[in-house]
Amino acid sequence: MNADASTMIRFVNVNKWYGRDHHVLKNINLEVRQGEVVVVCGPSGSGKSTLIRTINQLEPINDGEIWVDSVRVNDPRTDINTLRAEVGFVFQHFNLYPHLTVLDNITLAPIQVKKITRDLAERTALELLERVGLAHKKDAYPANLSGGQQQRVAIARGLAMNPQVMLFDEPTSALDPEMIGEVLAVMKQLAESGMTMMVVTHEMGFAREVADRVVFLDQGEIVEDARPEEFFTNPRSERARQFLRQILAPLHQ
Amino acid sequence: MIDLQLVLDNRELLTEGMLYSLQLTAFATLGGIVLGCLLALARLSAFKPLSLLSAAYVNLFRSVPLVLVIFWFYFLIPYFGFQIGPDKSVFITFTLFEAAYFSEIIRAGIQSISRGQLAAAYALGLTYPQTMRYVILPQALRNMLPVMLTQTVVLFQDTSLVTIIGIKDFMGSTSVVASNNGAMTEMYTFAAIAYFCVCFPISMLLKRLHKRIAVIR
Repeated sequence: MNADASTMIRFVNVNKWYGRDHHVLKNINLEVRQGEVVVVCGPSGSGKSTLIRTINQLEPINDGEIWVDSVRVNDPRTDINTLRAEVGFVFQHFNLYPHLTVLDNITLAPIQVKKITRDLAERTALELLERVGLAHKKDAYPANLSGGQQQRVAIARGLAMNPQVMLFDEPTSALDPEMIGEVLAVMKQLAESGMTMMVVTHEMGFAREVADRVVFLDQGEIVEDARPEEFFTNPRSERARQFLRQILAPLHQ
Repeated sequence: MIDLQLVLDNRELLTEGMLYSLQLTAFATLGGIVLGCLLALARLSAFKPLSLLSAAYVNLFRSVPLVLVIFWFYFLIPYFGFQIGPDKSVFITFTLFEAAYFSEIIRAGIQSISRGQLAAAYALGLTYPQTMRYVILPQALRNMLPVMLTQTVVLFQDTSLVTIIGIKDFMGSTSVVASNNGAMTEMYTFAAIAYFCVCFPISMLLKRLHKRIAVIR
């Protein structure tokens, strides 16, 4: 594929089935440009999480091509671990390593995968912790942090690999409401720093304020791909209109 | 009930026997954990033949009495032309046998770690061996340590079975002293108390240890 130089992620006719019958991603074509922030939303079971997990091959695809920068992700010759080191991933349930301190959580992959010295890895980790406002928690264990703090550490852990892209899979869905803001603030700051981001989320405030584009997924298909103001004020499909009604005013349908 | 004088007179033989039992336990535990770890990883492998082979091994050893395996190795290996003697024979037997049990404990331990941990490690670019070594196994081993130590205590008791091929472990030495001096009741009571004195404190220690090392989540 001869993609535009500024294209960071590119889906070409991607299909995925679970088993034989469940067609979970249907002919996905999507491009994310460098520095762009794309929010992916849609009803539960629409395939959003699967979509974002295919980018670093946590979920394999059956058909089509996925490119990150100039590397074809689903090429058997691609070194998947090298690619994954370039793609940060933040999970819904944080998935910090419970047996390691905050600092060790962040430095493990840079030391083992990027083979940088512990000293350098720790200095970088501390800078990142500073950035997410948790430098004072460097020696704490994940179990002693709140959900919001754990997610901010998880973001720092992803950033420590100095990735080209950051992927977020429902990063605030497992959080108590009062902690959502602190995580979104870190993500917003990251977006403003020019990071390419793809975010699966139901936080429509974030989508409106931070996203460059909103992709609406339903039953494995991309139904809408629009600028946020367009998506929120004038969705083209009935499915998107219904989704927005449900999510923005759940009591008034 | 216990003839302390008789025990003291034979303390060298009995001490040697106890040391033998402890050595066999330590060796079979370490060997069993290493081999069991490999068997567990093989069992969890996506490569079917490897997984089936490991399952076959584990099921075979878990379905046969230990006494039989001890006999079997002792008589069968010389039949194939290897002269290894009873000592090496039981060290190998116990390692192979315990590996089957440890592999099941380790497999359960690995499976107790959430898939999210695996995904998180992979997402950061760690390879499978790195993921196992730095993320999964440290957590899994902590979770399964109590069960493993319990298994070791059982193993220690089971080492008394080597007496049947004439090895002077603690049980064997006790038997020798007992029959030479016609002191069955006295010596076997002493042996029972000795086994208890080794096993019970370990079980107690285990409980306290578990509280200290468990991973908070």
